[in-house]
Amino acid sequence: MPLPKLQRIGILSDRFAAFIIKGSAFVAILSLILIFVFIGKEALPVLTSPEVRSEASLSRLFLPQVHHAGEAAEFSWQPISDVPKYSLFPLFIGTLKVTLIAALIAIPLAVAAALYTSEFAPSWARETIKPCIEVLAGIPSVVVGFFCLMVIASWLQGAFGWTYRLNALTAGIGLSLAVIPIVYTVSEDAFSSVPQAFREGSIAMGASSWQTASRVVLPAAMPGVLAACILGFGRAIGETMIVLMASGNAAVLSWSPVDSIRTFSATVAAELGELVQGSPHYHVLFFIGAFLFLLTFVINLIGRWWVGRLQKKLQGAF
Amino acid sequence: MRNRCVVLMLVSALAVALSGCGRGPDSGEQHRPVTVKGSDTMVILAQSWAENYMKEHPGLTIQVTGGGSGVGIAALINGGTDICNASRPMKPAEKNQVRSRHGKDVKEIPVALDGLAIYVSESNPIQSLTEPQIKSIYTGKITNWRELGGKDARLVAYGRENSSGTYQFFKEHVLNNEDFAREVQTLPGTGAIVNAVSKDPASIGYGGIAYASGIRVVPVRKDEKSEAVSPSLATVKTGQYPLSRNLFFYTIGEPSGEVKSFIDWVLDREGQKLCEAVGYYPIIQK
Repeated sequence: MPLPKLQRIGILSDRFAAFIIKGSAFVAILSLILIFVFIGKEALPVLTSPEVRSEASLSRLFLPQVHHAGEAAEFSWQPISDVPKYSLFPLFIGTLKVTLIAALIAIPLAVAAALYTSEFAPSWARETIKPCIEVLAGIPSVVVGFFCLMVIASWLQGAFGWTYRLNALTAGIGLSLAVIPIVYTVSEDAFSSVPQAFREGSIAMGASSWQTASRVVLPAAMPGVLAACILGFGRAIGETMIVLMASGNAAVLSWSPVDSIRTFSATVAAELGELVQGSPHYHVLFFIGAFLFLLTFVINLIGRWWVGRLQKKLQGAF
Repeated sequence: MRNRCVVLMLVSALAVALSGCGRGPDSGEQHRPVTVKGSDTMVILAQSWAENYMKEHPGLTIQVTGGGSGVGIAALINGGTDICNASRPMKPAEKNQVRSRHGKDVKEIPVALDGLAIYVSESNPIQSLTEPQIKSIYTGKITNWRELGGKDARLVAYGRENSSGTYQFFKEHVLNNEDFAREVQTLPGTGAIVNAVSKDPASIGYGGIAYASGIRVVPVRKDEKSEAVSPSLATVKTGQYPLSRNLFFYTIGEPSGEVKSFIDWVLDREGQKLCEAVGYYPIIQK
């Protein structure tokens, strides 16, 4: 009787597969916790150790400081100095600036491209565009960064004559290349999972295909598009290599998009390499790491809450 | 960079572990490794010396670790290393600490020369720069090429990240320990600086002489009255080129035994030949 044996093998392999899948999910959670514990442990002395706090207390990290008597209080990031200065504010502005620029470029482009490929494109165009954008995600960010440093920066400077070749806008454009594939892929999925009946109903009511796409498909897929934007935002905040190479890394406090910037992630990458372990500078860099971690966590949390609310609203409308 | 950090950490962990073994009571004196610790700028140089020396003297171990000149000097004072690598001279206070701790004077041995070039774009007409001018550029007091006799263009200064030994040297010797201006853009590596300067007609950068291609190295004058000098083996060697520095070994008292024979080998022809191979200048001419 071959059947029971086969069944037994089937059950066993089922259990095995379930175990593997469960295991890998737990490994992901476990490594996340371990990473957080490690970063937290190394960042904690900024709050507790008197030695570290004498150089880099929270007020020094977040409030303007008077460094030379008689001069105005300022925000300054100069960790290697006779008087080390650890103000996080210029780095925060830099990170925010480049992330916003990248999001402003990437999100409209990627969402529009996704809408085009799912609603309007003939199949040959869809079959070309989709893999091309997905391949973009596979380009190592150091290559994108180098491309920005060598090519895009020169084009932009040639075209607009900016003083600084490497600035927030150059880095933001490079960063958008990394964000576009994420936003595109996730929102494309969201558009294609809108039930076909919605489109048929809309067309049957006499709507044009543009009206259908913009007033039926887009709103119905909004939670997915929003989730795509949040993922893209998270990627932009954490991306290191592109900004390290293309932003100029000068911790200037300015809102101008054509000034150089220094981001959190690039600072950690550039400075952690050869630091004395346990020095205030070392702990401050881990503090930045923990701060970034929390920032993305909070953004994801708000995003999830928002996506959930939208979903409820949409379901309520049916 | 992270990889290098990990490697350094592993190497130093290994060094600690091995030096612990070496100093154990039951191991013979001849197995005790020679330790070299200090400047990150010199790690590659010291490593290549150690590798070649160990090849010629099998059975002997030389452990090289970085951490920075300051770390090496602290280790020398605490008795944690045989040789300290330093890309700056020891301060009198540090020398006094060695004397009071060990009852011996510290021995300073220059082992190699290092030169720092100032880069500008090839289209930049500037003939030379004085040291005070370079300092003013990097501390943000000069912001336009017009102030240096060039055309009216906003000056863009490129520098290294603050983990770099070159950054430290530049800050100590050219800026006299003042802070870099906030506008100075920092790039990862001398190669990136050379690339950026070559593409940007109004920019200036600094780095090793060996990297200079596609850009122009500006001759440097010590002050207004002195002559402009281009960096080269000859001018760095004689000290005519102002932005050159000695790289040092420090030991407590006169070196002896294996430490002495290693240092002698470094200062001999073969050791000095390796300086050029890794981008520095030999301190002793054959």
